[in-house]
Amino acid sequence: MLQKPKLLTVLDVAAIASFLAATGLVFFYAPLERVMGAVQKVFYFHVASGWVGMLSFAVAAVVGVIYLIRKDLKWDSVGVAAVEIGIAFTLINVITGAIWARPIWNTWWTWDPRLTTATIMELVYFAYLMLRSGIEEPERRARFGAVYAIIGFLSVPLTFFSIRLFRTIHPVVIGSNDPGAMGAFDMTPRMTQVFLFSLVAFTIVYFDLLWHRIRLGKLAERVESLRLKLQA
Amino acid sequence: MSGLTPFISAMSAVIWKDLRAEWRSREVISAMLVFALLVILIFNFALDLQPNVRAGISSGVLWVTLAFAGTLGLNRSMAVEKDRGCLDGLLLAPVDRAAIYLGKAFANLLFMLLVALIVLPVYGILYNTNLLIPGLLVVILLGSEGYVAVGTLLSSMAVQARTRDILLPILLFPVAVPVVVSAVKATGGYLAGLGWEEIQPWFTLLVVYDVIFTSVAFMVFDSVVEE
Amino acid sequence: MSSLIEVRSLVKRFGAKIVLRQLNFHVETGEFVALLGPNGAGKTTFLRILASLARPSLGEVWVAGFRLPQQAAHVRRRLGVVSHQPLLYGDLSAEENLRFYGRMYAVKDLEARIHEVLELVGLVARRRDLVRTFSRGMQQRLAIGRAILHDPDVLLLDEPHTGLDQDACDMLDGVLRQIAGQGRTVVMTSHDLARVEDLASRFDVLTGGRITASQPADGLPRDGLLAFYRQALESQRSLQGATR
Repeated sequence: MLQKPKLLTVLDVAAIASFLAATGLVFFYAPLERVMGAVQKVFYFHVASGWVGMLSFAVAAVVGVIYLIRKDLKWDSVGVAAVEIGIAFTLINVITGAIWARPIWNTWWTWDPRLTTATIMELVYFAYLMLRSGIEEPERRARFGAVYAIIGFLSVPLTFFSIRLFRTIHPVVIGSNDPGAMGAFDMTPRMTQVFLFSLVAFTIVYFDLLWHRIRLGKLAERVESLRLKLQA
Repeated sequence: MSGLTPFISAMSAVIWKDLRAEWRSREVISAMLVFALLVILIFNFALDLQPNVRAGISSGVLWVTLAFAGTLGLNRSMAVEKDRGCLDGLLLAPVDRAAIYLGKAFANLLFMLLVALIVLPVYGILYNTNLLIPGLLVVILLGSEGYVAVGTLLSSMAVQARTRDILLPILLFPVAVPVVVSAVKATGGYLAGLGWEEIQPWFTLLVVYDVIFTSVAFMVFDSVVEE
Repeated sequence: MSSLIEVRSLVKRFGAKIVLRQLNFHVETGEFVALLGPNGAGKTTFLRILASLARPSLGEVWVAGFRLPQQAAHVRRRLGVVSHQPLLYGDLSAEENLRFYGRMYAVKDLEARIHEVLELVGLVARRRDLVRTFSRGMQQRLAIGRAILHDPDVLLLDEPHTGLDQDACDMLDGVLRQIAGQGRTVVMTSHDLARVEDLASRFDVLTGGRITASQPADGLPRDGLLAFYRQALESQRSLQGATR
């Protein structure tokens, strides 16, 4: 029987703890930004969730390659889990982006490269789920998922470059000193600390959720095979 | 490379087969053409296009038309194989599956180019725009190649799923964004008479996309058609 | 490896569902094996694996000395397959279809061979006609022509009589006898016991995911096939009943 591994419980605790810590840091430790005020604090979680979203899709693509080589279905369950969680975090990324954008640029949506690419990436992964749902056979479903995850992930950088070439008003956060770029700001050391801590916290939360989701998939498979045995 | 001649022979057999079958019925080409012209018509009213329409809009309308018509062609091309079990016939042959991929993709490309070749002058006449610029034709070629390379791979997956008809556009459009954006901008650049330095980055993107995705599709096609 | 086709402990599963379980099977050169069994027994799946269109989950499959799926490319050259779908392009003529497949199989002296095959299956008069104008019987005959175009050692047929009327069936049988007589090895699945009785040299029954009975044609009394088949199904049913 699939007992919940001790390491997973440890990871749960670490995830909750670091997330709470990060939230605390964001609200009490990080300084208030000069121009944008409180809304700038969205930035910490906005970028962190964006990072996790990208990471997850990268995981899905890599795991897809491994599956195509080894044909072991356990890699497929990692791939599905990675895509689902990636979708969730990318959605958080887009929504927090909108929350940040509204007071700064007076609009909920901007067609800027990073936001648009994130949205397109989201659509790619919804398409991934739709492709899978149209196929009954597990092995074929896994193969197609793997191929599409690879194609999808490869298209993202190119999408980004093509849109960036197209237009830009997204703040260039890391490093740019140009005061003319609206919404841009320099990070003080404290901000940097909170920023990095948020990245780490979100990454821990990510792996925690990923593991849970993979376990969920395994349990679902077991239920399915038990059901088939009962029917036979 | 001893394997090259049978590879090319198989690939050209597939291309000829698709061309000849299509020539008999002309179903796919006529559907694509009619659809393309309808799309232009709809755009005319939706965007209230004036006779001397702006370069940026022309290129956008053109590429949306080609993309949608292209999807029709891609779907039909694979459906033919799947419906009469012919895909099995192809897979039974002692040839590299990649040859089948290249054959189908090339035939799909020819269909898309044929449609473009007819749509361009029609659009040019309707909106008093000269579209027969050499650079522009190259863009059409590069853009169609990338689109068809990915589209052929994705349509061979879509055709095996339950929701096959609507699935292809859902799978294709998000990953085809770089091609469409680059092709639209490059086309618009030529129509607006921009210089090479401004159009060149789009060309680079198109070529990079074409190379990457054609190679990847070539490599994974086998996994997608085998059982 | 003496047998032309050798299958050991073949297992095929689709997800959690096991279709073929520890199936053993062998065919010597020149045999004509009729594979019988109820619907859903796994005959088509088994034939697809032999045809290299599907992969075994476990076990060994050897055809003409080559291992499937690793050496599938070598095997395909020696296989001719007829399934219940015609595998023909409706918008091409009979000879264009054969020409296409001939090029895919790199058949030598293609034009002469096409003519030879069309004569064999009795379709020379219709060679320029589009396949979509053909009746089902004619399509099946052309399908067989396609299958033997490259002179394969092994012919795999999946219920080729499906949807054919009496005359068409008789024509088909005539072609099958001729082809089998040329020293080819044939494995054919079928539901039509009466027809198969006159064609095959051996009858195997596939039920419960494996071959449960085998009977050479020599040892079978006239019209004894039906009895043999029923007997095989019965014993399998009681066996399954006993293990529950």
